[in-house]
Amino acid sequence: MTNHWIDIRNSDCILIMGSNAAENHPISFKWVTEAMKRGAKLISVDPRFTRSSSKADIYASLRSGTDIAFLGGMIKYILQNNKYFKEYVANYTNACFIVADSYDFHDGLFSGYDPATHKYDKSKWAFVKNEKGIPKKDPTLQHPRCVFQLLKKHYSRYDLETVSSITGTPKEDLLKVYEAYSATGQKGKAGTIMYAMGWTQHTVGVQNIRTMAIIQLLLGNIGVAGGGVNALRGESNVQGSTDHCILFHILPGYLKTPKASQSTLAPYNKKYTPKTNDPLSANWWGNYPKYSVSLLKSFWGDRATPANDFGYSWLPKLDDGKTYTWLDLFDAMYRGEFTGFFAWGQNPAASGANSNKTRKALTRLDWMVNVNIFPNETGWFWKGPGMNPKEIKTEVFFLPCAVSVEKEGSITNSGRWMQWRYKAAEPPGDARADGDIMIDLFKKIRWFYKKDIKQGKKAVFPEPILNLKWGYTTRGRYDPHKVAKEINGYFQKDVTVKGKHFKKGDLVPSFAYLQADGSTSSGNWLYCNSYTNKGNMAARRKREKSGIGLNLEWAWCWPVNRRILYNRASVDMYGNPWDKEHPVIKWDPTAKGGKGGWVGDVPDGGWPPMLKPDGTLNPKTKYPFIMKPEGHGRIFGPGRADGPFPEHYEPLECPVEKNLLSSQLVNPVIPKYSTDMDIYRTCDPRYPIVATTYRVSEHWQTGVMTRWQPWLLEAQPQLFVEMSQELAQMKGIKNGEKVIVESARGQLKAVALVTRRFRPFKVQGNVIHQVGLPWHYGWVYPKDGGDSANLLTPSTGDPNTRIPETKAFMVNIRKI
Amino acid sequence: MSGKAFFIDTTLCIGCRGCQIACKQWNQLPATKTKNVGSYQNPQDLSFYTYKLIRFQEHLGPDGKPVWYFFPDQCRHCVEPPCKETADEMVPGGIIIDSQTGAVLYTDKLKKANAKDIIEACPFNIPRAQKGTGYLAKCTMCFERVYNGLLPACVKTCPTGAMNFGDRDKMVELAKARFQEAKAKYPNATLTGIEDLRVFYLLADKPEKYYTFAKAEPMPKAMDRKMAMRKIGRSLKELAREWQAINKLVS
Repeated sequence: MTNHWIDIRNSDCILIMGSNAAENHPISFKWVTEAMKRGAKLISVDPRFTRSSSKADIYASLRSGTDIAFLGGMIKYILQNNKYFKEYVANYTNACFIVADSYDFHDGLFSGYDPATHKYDKSKWAFVKNEKGIPKKDPTLQHPRCVFQLLKKHYSRYDLETVSSITGTPKEDLLKVYEAYSATGQKGKAGTIMYAMGWTQHTVGVQNIRTMAIIQLLLGNIGVAGGGVNALRGESNVQGSTDHCILFHILPGYLKTPKASQSTLAPYNKKYTPKTNDPLSANWWGNYPKYSVSLLKSFWGDRATPANDFGYSWLPKLDDGKTYTWLDLFDAMYRGEFTGFFAWGQNPAASGANSNKTRKALTRLDWMVNVNIFPNETGWFWKGPGMNPKEIKTEVFFLPCAVSVEKEGSITNSGRWMQWRYKAAEPPGDARADGDIMIDLFKKIRWFYKKDIKQGKKAVFPEPILNLKWGYTTRGRYDPHKVAKEINGYFQKDVTVKGKHFKKGDLVPSFAYLQADGSTSSGNWLYCNSYTNKGNMAARRKREKSGIGLNLEWAWCWPVNRRILYNRASVDMYGNPWDKEHPVIKWDPTAKGGKGGWVGDVPDGGWPPMLKPDGTLNPKTKYPFIMKPEGHGRIFGPGRADGPFPEHYEPLECPVEKNLLSSQLVNPVIPKYSTDMDIYRTCDPRYPIVATTYRVSEHWQTGVMTRWQPWLLEAQPQLFVEMSQELAQMKGIKNGEKVIVESARGQLKAVALVTRRFRPFKVQGNVIHQVGLPWHYGWVYPKDGGDSANLLTPSTGDPNTRIPETKAFMVNIRKI
Repeated sequence: MSGKAFFIDTTLCIGCRGCQIACKQWNQLPATKTKNVGSYQNPQDLSFYTYKLIRFQEHLGPDGKPVWYFFPDQCRHCVEPPCKETADEMVPGGIIIDSQTGAVLYTDKLKKANAKDIIEACPFNIPRAQKGTGYLAKCTMCFERVYNGLLPACVKTCPTGAMNFGDRDKMVELAKARFQEAKAKYPNATLTGIEDLRVFYLLADKPEKYYTFAKAEPMPKAMDRKMAMRKIGRSLKELAREWQAINKLVS
């Protein structure tokens, strides 16, 4: 989230699309309800009428996988009807930038496409720069090659007729949504988007979010209270685990994982430290080397020295051009490319797309360690459906672990709030906290390396293990405070920074003090400021009495306790809030003894407003979008794998032979896998029905935590498949009877839930049906609960992230 | 009229069932074996082990779009409860009214009463008997929590403010105010229970769109109040039975 949960209450229009907040984030509805009591409009856009839709002022249905068409139509509407926030767009976004002549878009393809490699040459999408190397701008937005005009041209094709024919959304519903949401383009009004996996799990996942980001920038909704682009994370700490690099391509704090070709620190740092020639651009990532060196110091302490590149050579490197995402890992496992696997706090046999492939892949391992709180489909895969334990060589070790309330530590919620939690009970039996399991694991691994060396054996690449700084225990047990302090970072020697003197061993007060010379450490620069000499900031518990809900002294929020990102875009050029009722920050010229300063939230940098009171440019100012080298919100986004503007493509498995917007049916840079179990079927008469997967309030993820909970199981006992009355009638299916749902990859038995809440779509003149299933069930427990809906889903995904496309694929259903 | 009351604003209810689960947790009630019968609602009905249940109803709205109603069903804690009236005739002290909260509470003595009569006396079809023992159970208003300054478990857990609890007059006030607001958005909005119950529902539509027993029939004026309540309880149940029988014949 750019904003945070409580901030939803400040919104004037809430769009729930690509999520189902009432069911999957019920607590968020506390704030949705508060906003509605203030008069905010709630819009629900979903293929199926959900518990969220039941509370909405406007409900519009759309066929799964057509969100870009739906939102592209909204961009056209906003531009055509002058609903955009002109002052904001002209000053804070890159709408005024001039794009190079090498950028072009024709019939679904952007310039730079190489059909042989299925990749784009992104250098074709550059901005034109002036003689100083600063992007050329046209503040009038009239230049035919400026972003604004190119945007207009790109979405001119997304007319109501075409959009309705693609999405299956009636035209009058499209208009209702467009009208209500674009009303937040008025100065002082804010619209917010609550999205989740309904947007990300597509072959156009990233571009779904990009489309909304463009809308939010056009309407001036970024940086303001009640606005933003808000991902409702699917797990309580998924934000924290992402910040601390659960994904392969990043190190903690979104630093980049080095590539094999970046053999030393200097070229690595150079590659990822963006440059700007614009004195008004803060270009925050220009600090990259301070953060990367501080991370290396955190890993290897005194062993990391300038002479050995701070241990850079000990970091694992990625093969150039290769991806190591979830889909890639299980593909490699299936092909026998590796033989050992830790399934820690996860249940891939039920959670991964194309679960039959995943389950088969597990049989190719020599060993697997499964750390979990209950028996699950992964640890027990060897006796699952279709498996013969005698034929399976994989040796499985199950380690029971503590649940969240049986250990101390922090979680970071969707709003980026790092909140400290305490231990309420001892874990039962042999179950242990994850931290304790890791401590013992590492101790043993290091012991093996040392033993080999002692015995004169050749230890392979022992330096990263032997040199690792490892001071995370107290009396032999994992100590979460020591880890939290390490994440924040220490001064490594006595040093004076910014006129302040620090002693070796002092906690670094914020990332502004981190250094690239090895004098500081930080396990995650984004969290520097979370555990300082003043104490554990995440444990703070002071509620705000009045104001807009920032709660600056409740827990802690990255970065540097800033509750609303890009908040310097919430004010006009003089530093006055657009929205007087809900000011995020405000420039107070009398503050700091007349020097002036910001009041309110922690500002995105303390620089003064863009203009002086006399209307002239303040040379000390910086643009508000400090994380981009140009300092402007990116309407034109030249960094993505699949184009600088989002374009509608059909899902890899779709019910139509034609894309009405171009002759490019699917995303041209889509990742596909090629084993015998990667089967994709589009427009196949055997699989004529669109399907999607989702969650319900009563269960969580693959259900490992909830299926074993009798009260929750009582409320949602069995896998079901929701379908319209029309489809049920056509197939002769009665409500409540068991049916078979099958895709090209697998089949399932599910209870038919025939409902008015699903309606057939009219797409390209034809009637298209859609069904949906929750993915919470698995064969281990309960016996009659059903299996994972991911047995049906395809192993393809977004070209940027490779998140699987589990929200739009093709199936058939039939009576048993 | 003093004591406590619930105000349940279904226009804010998102059907998350936090209340249903919290009720089971606080009262340490076991889960019952359920099946999906083609609905989100489960268990299908209240039972000796289920005091609170969200009932789900789908309809088509006037604009041709679906509406989905959620009805958190529970004991209404009648100010003059017909179940107590019936029990008093058989086992005095079987059903008591807590003097401070107004909670209608079933005691162990009730075992000696004819459970069927008690159940039939209820105009809202709430009490349920334990198989074999004859004990009766239903919502207790979490009176032991209330006595300790806590909200009932279902109210405490509600994320949206659909479940409210407090002094009865304050709840009446709140209910009336919310009813006035809701009428603008929902022309058929209905407010139930503020005259004679301790559970008031604000419904976005006519009560029958939610659930057969969402509301008892209005009482004929001439008839004795208590008798009327009991009669209505019976006649509604009979009506429901007939309706079910007809449905069976039709299908």
